[in-house]
Amino acid sequence: MNQMAIAALKNQYKSFVQSMFDEGVLDNQFSQLQDLQDSSNPNFVDEVITLFCNDAERIITEMNRYLNYQNVDFSKLDSHVHQLKGSSSSIGAHRLKLACVNLRQASYERNKEECVEAFNSIRHEYCLLRSKFQFLMQIERRIVALENNQQ
Amino acid sequence: MAADSEFHVLAVDDSIIDRKLIERLLKTSSFQVTTVDSGSKALEFLGLHEDDGIINTNTPSVSPNNHQEVEVNLVITDYCMPGMTGYDLLKKIKESSSLKNIPVVIMSSENVPSRISRCLEEGAEEFLLKPVRLSDLNKLRPHMLKTKIKDHQEPEKQDKEEKQQQPQSNNNNRKAMEEGISTEKIRPRLNGITAMV
Repeated sequence: MNQMAIAALKNQYKSFVQSMFDEGVLDNQFSQLQDLQDSSNPNFVDEVITLFCNDAERIITEMNRYLNYQNVDFSKLDSHVHQLKGSSSSIGAHRLKLACVNLRQASYERNKEECVEAFNSIRHEYCLLRSKFQFLMQIERRIVALENNQQ
Repeated sequence: MAADSEFHVLAVDDSIIDRKLIERLLKTSSFQVTTVDSGSKALEFLGLHEDDGIINTNTPSVSPNNHQEVEVNLVITDYCMPGMTGYDLLKKIKESSSLKNIPVVIMSSENVPSRISRCLEEGAEEFLLKPVRLSDLNKLRPHMLKTKIKDHQEPEKQDKEEKQQQPQSNNNNRKAMEEGISTEKIRPRLNGITAMV
């Protein structure tokens, strides 16, 4: 019975990841991460996702703070976007990365309104990504729980 | 004699995600790994005091030339870091009489030809575009082996080998930059992005 449940959950996981690829939310870099997970590092993807989300939230909070000042420090803003863009790229968060590119452009042009718009887009993409990641991790944990029960 | 397969890589990156990633990639490739989050910590680990090349008096070293407590066979560093950049770190390593033979590899999320050539001219062995992949790391071992072999050869022979090997790698990089060819080292990221990165 457990075998079937595990197989079904694994399929659900796989389909959901595929849908994220199809929507452009994730790109091939995420597959690279999945490939790095093995029996010696069974929680690798989970750990990277957690690190990423904590880091992204920290950066987004900072960016929000900078954008709330009357005189925006575009250079500080840019350095934060650069960080988020890098992390997004490393985890395969494709749409979020593109949103970061847009904010960098707006920041380079020192256009506050466009920055705010681009930032909102980043926040939106991040929230979407986070909820999808949370869903994935829930499935993963259920799989692990069932697999552990079997032993 | 220690096993040659046990190479120790020092990875430097201010991003916690990238540190985790590079550590996993390196371990998967069977390297021993130490990660640090800044250039100055890298120099500390290598036994160099950032400012004046003198050993930090707090570390229990014996002589100026024997400060490395753990042997490092390669340094792989991010380019863009606050404070000391990867380029600065590369320079400091190459300017140090004790560390200059350690191969250094630069990683960057941005494909900037002038940046790439600057690093290679300063003595970087490779310039890898992020996100780094497992296949990129296959290029590291030859550089580490080269150093181990060099350690056992006469100085004259070393120089000759260096000269023979350098032109080829420079040619590949120049070609890649001039022709915009996608080599393994330098992979332009197009992805339909029109906005300036």
